[in-house]
Amino acid sequence: MTAATLAAAASGCGGDGGDGGGSGAPGVTATTVTIGSHQPLTGPAAPGYSANSAASKAFFDYVNANGGINGRKIVYKYVDDAYNPTQTVSVTQKLVLQDKVFAIFNGLGTPTHSKVVDYLNAQRVPDLFVASGCGCWDEPDKHPQTFGWQVDYIREGKILGDYIKKTYAGKKVAYFYQNDDFGQDGVKGLDKYIPKDQVVSRQSYQPGGTDISAQAQAIAQSKADVVVLFSIPTYTALFRLAALKLNYKPTFAVSNVGSDPITLTGLLESFAKKGGSEVKGSPLIQGMVTDGYLSAPGDASNSWTQLFKKIHAQYIPKLPFNGNIVYGMSVAYTFVQALQAAGKNPTRKGVVDALEKSHFTGPGVVPFAFSEKSHAGYTGAVIGTIKGENVVPQGQPLTTDDGDGPIQPYTAPQPQAPANGVPAAG
Amino acid sequence: MGTVLNVLRRSTLARHTAAALAAIVALYFLTTAVGPYRDLQIAQAAYLTCAVAGLTVLTGLGGQISLGHGAFMAVGAYTAVLVIGHWGWPLAAVLAAAAGVTAVAGVVVGAVAARLHGPYLAGATLAFAVGLPGLANYKPLTDELGGQNGLTLVPPIPPAGLGETFPLERWQSWIACLGAVITLFLLGNLVRGRFGRTLRASRDDEIAAALSGVRVARLRITATVVSAAAAGLGGGLLAVVATLAAPGAFPLTLSLQLIAAIIIGGLGSLPGAVWGALILVYVPTWASDLSTSSGFSHNIASNLPLAIYGLVLIVVTLAFPRGLQGGLRDIGGAVRRRARKRRDPAPGPRASTSGPTTTHPGGADEATPDQAGARPDDRGDAGGRGERLRR
Amino acid sequence: MVRFINLTLAGITSGVVFAAVALALVLIWRSTRIVNFAQGGMLMFTTFLAWSVIDRGGSYWLALGVALASGLVLGAVIERVAVRPVENKPPLNAVIVTLGLFVLLQASAGMIWGDTPHSYPPAFTIKGLSVGGTRLLLSPFDLFVIGAVAAVMMLLTLLFVRTDLGLRLRASAFAPEIARLQGVRVGRMLTLGWALAALVGSLAGVLIAPSVFVGPAQFDSMLVFGFTAAVIGGLDSPAGAVVGGLLLGCALSYVSGYVSSDLVTFGALAALITVLMIRPSGLFTASTGRRV
Repeated sequence: MTAATLAAAASGCGGDGGDGGGSGAPGVTATTVTIGSHQPLTGPAAPGYSANSAASKAFFDYVNANGGINGRKIVYKYVDDAYNPTQTVSVTQKLVLQDKVFAIFNGLGTPTHSKVVDYLNAQRVPDLFVASGCGCWDEPDKHPQTFGWQVDYIREGKILGDYIKKTYAGKKVAYFYQNDDFGQDGVKGLDKYIPKDQVVSRQSYQPGGTDISAQAQAIAQSKADVVVLFSIPTYTALFRLAALKLNYKPTFAVSNVGSDPITLTGLLESFAKKGGSEVKGSPLIQGMVTDGYLSAPGDASNSWTQLFKKIHAQYIPKLPFNGNIVYGMSVAYTFVQALQAAGKNPTRKGVVDALEKSHFTGPGVVPFAFSEKSHAGYTGAVIGTIKGENVVPQGQPLTTDDGDGPIQPYTAPQPQAPANGVPAAG
Repeated sequence: MGTVLNVLRRSTLARHTAAALAAIVALYFLTTAVGPYRDLQIAQAAYLTCAVAGLTVLTGLGGQISLGHGAFMAVGAYTAVLVIGHWGWPLAAVLAAAAGVTAVAGVVVGAVAARLHGPYLAGATLAFAVGLPGLANYKPLTDELGGQNGLTLVPPIPPAGLGETFPLERWQSWIACLGAVITLFLLGNLVRGRFGRTLRASRDDEIAAALSGVRVARLRITATVVSAAAAGLGGGLLAVVATLAAPGAFPLTLSLQLIAAIIIGGLGSLPGAVWGALILVYVPTWASDLSTSSGFSHNIASNLPLAIYGLVLIVVTLAFPRGLQGGLRDIGGAVRRRARKRRDPAPGPRASTSGPTTTHPGGADEATPDQAGARPDDRGDAGGRGERLRR
Repeated sequence: MVRFINLTLAGITSGVVFAAVALALVLIWRSTRIVNFAQGGMLMFTTFLAWSVIDRGGSYWLALGVALASGLVLGAVIERVAVRPVENKPPLNAVIVTLGLFVLLQASAGMIWGDTPHSYPPAFTIKGLSVGGTRLLLSPFDLFVIGAVAAVMMLLTLLFVRTDLGLRLRASAFAPEIARLQGVRVGRMLTLGWALAALVGSLAGVLIAPSVFVGPAQFDSMLVFGFTAAVIGGLDSPAGAVVGGLLLGCALSYVSGYVSSDLVTFGALAALITVLMIRPSGLFTASTGRRV
């Protein structure tokens, strides 16, 4: 009976689809390039992150509408994994085996994506621009197909730590961080610069609906002058509210992930003082120190923000325009660059080789580390402070490595966005 | 031929052995015929079958609800990954260890649970499902358990004898299917024996069972241990198929899905466990395909699979209160009754109106009295079941 | 000492909200013997409706009214449409139907309002009160939360104990056959029971919303903790729900503050098991009261 049941169920499933035909590479036909991704569209990580993939898709749709890449349209299949690693494995294998995608693009999350990295590399599927700042994507010897994209948390921690050490010398510092690789790596970077005896409290949290009053109160009691937050936006906002409750007024330094002024303003808008003139941006976040490697969504004069806003208004007007949208479109831009660099008839090997030789400039303010020796993404960030809904840069962009290397200023200015929004073939 | 059928009819063990062998043969042909992704889905259905079947014994036959079987799977998965990582045991030993360690966890949980009833048991096991995976994040344990990121397992290598190009997915699905068949075989024999009878007796009337000498508390602990071992094996197989063990892989939703699977499959029925597992694997995939190709806006497309899943839960439960297996049984029973009426119009006022009376030459000779249809089948009495949960 | 006081205050504030959710579960359990797993989804949905009112410029109190009213309606509709068919079926079927409803509500909210969490205003300021120069983790809004839950408890007690309707509700829950013989329309009473429970749940949603934000998945832990609180207190006892909620709130706050914030959910498990080991049917259920 068991056998009958199983057989009955599986008979309804049909066989696998054949190859697309046309070009030699999987996922590439004469008119399309199909790529896939696993994204948290539902579940614990959906708040905030579910918009990334929609933004990437909007950018691809925009590029497709403008002629595509070498006559091919980009078909972006992103599938929900609910941030559950088992489902990540399952949907990724489906994308590779059944949908026969050309590459996996921007798979989101460390606990999730780390479970498919070995598989993708064994299958020789390009694993491009993982949406996580774990340093673990930069292992070209072990994982030649995998490339990071965003600045990793250690680099970010180093740059923030260096700034705090220089700017708040001798002041008391406290950490509030998410207890996973995001927060822990960030703290590693911070600890490389901020002297141990200056750190008076280290509190962590588990995301997922637990109260953080106890942690906030411990930090407030430590009377730290500066609180560094490696937290996602909801927890940045919750910590800010707890500080308000305790009348605790330190300087906040927030990692890029948790500091998008538009998202924070949205989360805090009900708590800001009402009345007076309509000022943009929540008063509760003004003056927060943060770091960024992309254009700020609140920077209306930036050519990239203008471009992304235009595409947003055309394709996904219902989603709020915030840091996640800028992120999703920027990473899509880099993918378009990579696909162009792979030539007229892209192959899986071709795109990996092209990336290792690339010198892309684009939405970011710092260069990528991409080379044969490194698959790390953006190499640094610029310190900024929140003013209104914008992040005002403080000084030059800085670059560094994820080890003990020095922090150096990067002087080349951020390039202008191309007029038609599609990267020039190169 | 006749003697073989007679043996099968009389001996449960022989019948189950035959069914298991038939299942293995069928699965062999099935897994070889389909592509790697289908193999993988079969493997997923197989490891879920283990866990669902274990839960069927505990909840369906024992009347003890558990909302914590996802946590048992976590124990099994972590055990498997740790054992492979530290000692590199052969796979069979690893899976036995996964089941064994989880059985020990089952002793602890069972000892607590034996005193509890209905919603209190549900609450305790729910807290178990929520609380246990969180342990992996506790600092003193993170080095061993990998914290939030969990652990990654090197996929098993198919034996060289199968050839260089033998697909890994097929090997994984063979392992998982064999595990599922063995689990179903063992559980099937167990529930047909004395253990199953006393378990059902204590479910239906605890006091009467106790009066007739059943040690109810001990029996419940045993049921929990058996059930946990099956879930632990399921978890171990999950680790082998998905090559991981991580807290995020065992959320509360997993435990709730397992419970949903036993109800939808048919409470207390082991074949129903297979149906339930298949629904868990195929409905979300199908719904997700549907929404990707739907062209809806982002918010709708993202949530559509979830909505379909919720609707399926509600509709199936309302339409088939005894689960799919119960529904099939009803339909099958109706068809058989109808067929029998056609063959030998029984005396009765309605006999003349029972449809067209075509005759089947020789048909009556071939037909043996259908035992499955006529025998009072104790697996089918889901109706009055679980009264204990209401106390 | 300040730390202990603050942890206790934080525990009480979250505890009263757990208590409200627990109370919603208890009301439904008492009337229909069903553990309503959809409660988390229901209160999420009604809170979203309230948020929509505020988003369109409505006042806090109007939004609260909308939440409560929609809770009342949602509870009644769900009982009539989805729960009634399984009320006399095996109880696990009801569990699955409510789980399905939970998933469906969550998906619907995601479809309608998206996954981005939204800000929800508090009724009063969240700035902590000062006592002797020390800022406490207790704000005027927290006092409002505590007061609102206490008021609802009192009203419900009055309703059940002092009114004719309350008597009929109790009769339908505990002796439906006899109630029916006495001319009570039991079905209608069960619907009303669900509606009242959903109303309490929707109040809890609005009260907790400022501290968890409003999103489809933001209230998930409320059901888990609310259910845990109800089990600790004893599912037949509204008073137990309150005590269970407060105990759980404080226990979680102490675990978070004194042990490790990573062990909060594990702490809930430990608290629950400890109580159930001593009292297998919760703190407030008379052990002789179990019916066979």
